[in-house]
Amino acid sequence: MYTNKTDIQNYPGIKWPYPVDYEKINRISCDVLILGGGLAGCAAAIAAARRGAKVAVVDKGPLVRSGSGGTGIDHWHDACLNPKSKISPEQLMEFYFQNPYWGGKYTMGHMRYIQAMESYKALLELEKIGLPIRDFDDEFEGSAFRDDTTGLMYAYDYENCTVIRLKGGALLKPTLSAEVERLGVQAYEYIMASHLLTEDGKTGPGSRVIGAIAFSGRTGECYVFNAKSTIICSGMPQGEWIFSTEFNGASSKFWDPNNTGEGQAMMAEAGAELTLMESNYTICANGGMRWPMYGTGDSNNTWYGCPIVDANGKRIPYTQNGKVMDWSEIYKNTWPGTGDGGSVTSGSLGELPGDLPEKIMSGEYKLPFYADLPSMPPDERRVLWGLMIGNEGKTNYPVYKLYGKYGFDPDKDMLQVPVMAPKSNFNKRAKPYWNGEVYEPWRECQKCSNCAVYDWTMKTTLDGLYVAGLTAGNNFASGAITTGAYAARNAWKAAKQTELIPVNEDQVQKYREQIYAPTKRDYGIGWKEFKAGCARVMQGNCGEYKSDEVLQNGLDWFKSIREGEMQQLYARNPHELMRTNECYTQIMVSEMTLTASMARKCSSPTMNFKRLDYPGTDEGENEKYITITVKDGKYTTGEIPVKYYLQAPYAQSFKENYDKYCALED
Amino acid sequence: MAEKEYTLYPNPITPNSAILFDEELCNGCNRCIDFCRTDVLMPNPERGKPPIVAYPDECWFGGCCAGACPHHAILMVHPMNQRAVWRRKETGNLYRVCVENELEENKRPPIVE
Repeated sequence: MYTNKTDIQNYPGIKWPYPVDYEKINRISCDVLILGGGLAGCAAAIAAARRGAKVAVVDKGPLVRSGSGGTGIDHWHDACLNPKSKISPEQLMEFYFQNPYWGGKYTMGHMRYIQAMESYKALLELEKIGLPIRDFDDEFEGSAFRDDTTGLMYAYDYENCTVIRLKGGALLKPTLSAEVERLGVQAYEYIMASHLLTEDGKTGPGSRVIGAIAFSGRTGECYVFNAKSTIICSGMPQGEWIFSTEFNGASSKFWDPNNTGEGQAMMAEAGAELTLMESNYTICANGGMRWPMYGTGDSNNTWYGCPIVDANGKRIPYTQNGKVMDWSEIYKNTWPGTGDGGSVTSGSLGELPGDLPEKIMSGEYKLPFYADLPSMPPDERRVLWGLMIGNEGKTNYPVYKLYGKYGFDPDKDMLQVPVMAPKSNFNKRAKPYWNGEVYEPWRECQKCSNCAVYDWTMKTTLDGLYVAGLTAGNNFASGAITTGAYAARNAWKAAKQTELIPVNEDQVQKYREQIYAPTKRDYGIGWKEFKAGCARVMQGNCGEYKSDEVLQNGLDWFKSIREGEMQQLYARNPHELMRTNECYTQIMVSEMTLTASMARKCSSPTMNFKRLDYPGTDEGENEKYITITVKDGKYTTGEIPVKYYLQAPYAQSFKENYDKYCALED
Repeated sequence: MAEKEYTLYPNPITPNSAILFDEELCNGCNRCIDFCRTDVLMPNPERGKPPIVAYPDECWFGGCCAGACPHHAILMVHPMNQRAVWRRKETGNLYRVCVENELEENKRPPIVE
């Protein structure tokens, strides 16, 4: 019988199970140091190790499942160079620039181009190390989404064929981590890196990164890494606005809860420039309003194409440009051409009627709605509930297997859509996920934001420091893996021409004092209260509408928290030590978000950024990236042009730059 | 009448439980501990017993532990507020995830296990 007998409530005050030593320092030297071992970090480790580098990878979790894509991936984006694709990498760039949802004019174009050029090739590489990508047992032979010659299965747009459904995407992370292990990469798991180390201990623009300092969430031991090149693949900050474990544990955000922004904080602290820090939005329900990811009835993204019916079984049609689409049209939402382009990258694909909120209000459709899986053709139903649900995100065990255990049968059952307010939540704002009520002050960083400024080698503005994956503004699995490998090739190329520069012991000591300060206290402010308190500052002072006075109010508030509650944070064991160090990074990232928001003196429809006090939008001279870093102990903002990656010293075309910097020959 | 002794506890943590263990099936191998992304599980001081669920409030409900258990000794449970609802099309009856009902378990595996 399954019980909760071994829950912590029944073991009050038990001894910490791991040996703790806050004084011990482990010293590691390597060629390439990778901070964050998710999809990007593992891909980077593999690329560097295969070329002969001595590699160390550090992660707060276990490599076998860590990272935003660690639990599974159902589809593989931007495989422009697969045999059936009708979209070239150059065309895809146009798509990104046209679509605000994916970054629009603020797209980090070099990163997207790298992804488009290498996505399909990377997928074939994954297949070589054992990932099932094709319909190898012919389960879907003859289906419209399957190419019977190759066994590849496409998603969303069966004409353009740039998105590939992965037959075994839930196995992606275990496959990668096994290869990392096979190559002899040193993995440091359940360890949080929190500060970069720099030459002579000097930080600020122009400094050189020579490693990082980290500590274990189990033993509390310190790790000092000394490296020739360092790659940050630690995701992006998520949780500046939201902290609520009460209702759904660490599931209150769309993203992996380990995304707490230490990468961004340590990069800025060292002197690297970050950008798009002011870009945030409400992607779908958050806080306590969320439902299990992809685990309620939906019409979008992973659920695309599933017929939606109202409480009385009345079908709500998909439409495009006001015209009702029949079944065969839903999967031919082609772009460029008749379609809106949503299918090129998933996201918002076709539409239920644009006036659905009004039709709910008038009584034409009755809540609640249902995902009518039984009415789908068997192959489309099986590929939705079986492949998409089963491989994507947290759907393998928590949705597919668990729902099945309690008898859910897609052949017979209709999964309910969360009941939500018509006007706010059945329109575009809640898309691409019908995941519960949307509340504007509960914000998250945009998919492609909060990243470093980096060049065509994916080097940041500091020597020795590279980025990949979400830290480079790439939100896709294919993007994480391609940019991880690309950054690693360049990081290793640079490392080969570099001597190891020893760490500065004064800097190590300074950071150790900061890291371990909460261990000196066993009462005061706990990490959970602190994170929730900081989130409240952001909800109020960096919500949907911004103004200088309110943003400054937020900064003053954080100053007070730094002098007050932050000095009272306590950590009674290494686990709490890790969480309290996340508090430090959270406050720093939040301050940078407020400061970058102040520097953008206009609204930006592209990034859903609304100023009350500046009437203009980001056209003409306002069209620029705002940058931020720490210089002389202060946040310092600057600006660089959009498409800086196509201006001098770079060539004007994506292809020329890619060919020059892809480092494939090294 | 013997007086019952009462103990002072902190309030129950929420979510109350993230995962349940079957003590008969679990042999205390602790494999699941090293699959948890947020380090929710700790080894039991008593060897051979299921791990301690130390931080159910930090569970991401990713099911990595349950999926990794070679003995099927772990059942992940969504908290009450996360138990999605469905209706059987033919009967209109309402069912909820993680709540026992009269339906037969649907054992059809996902595309790749």
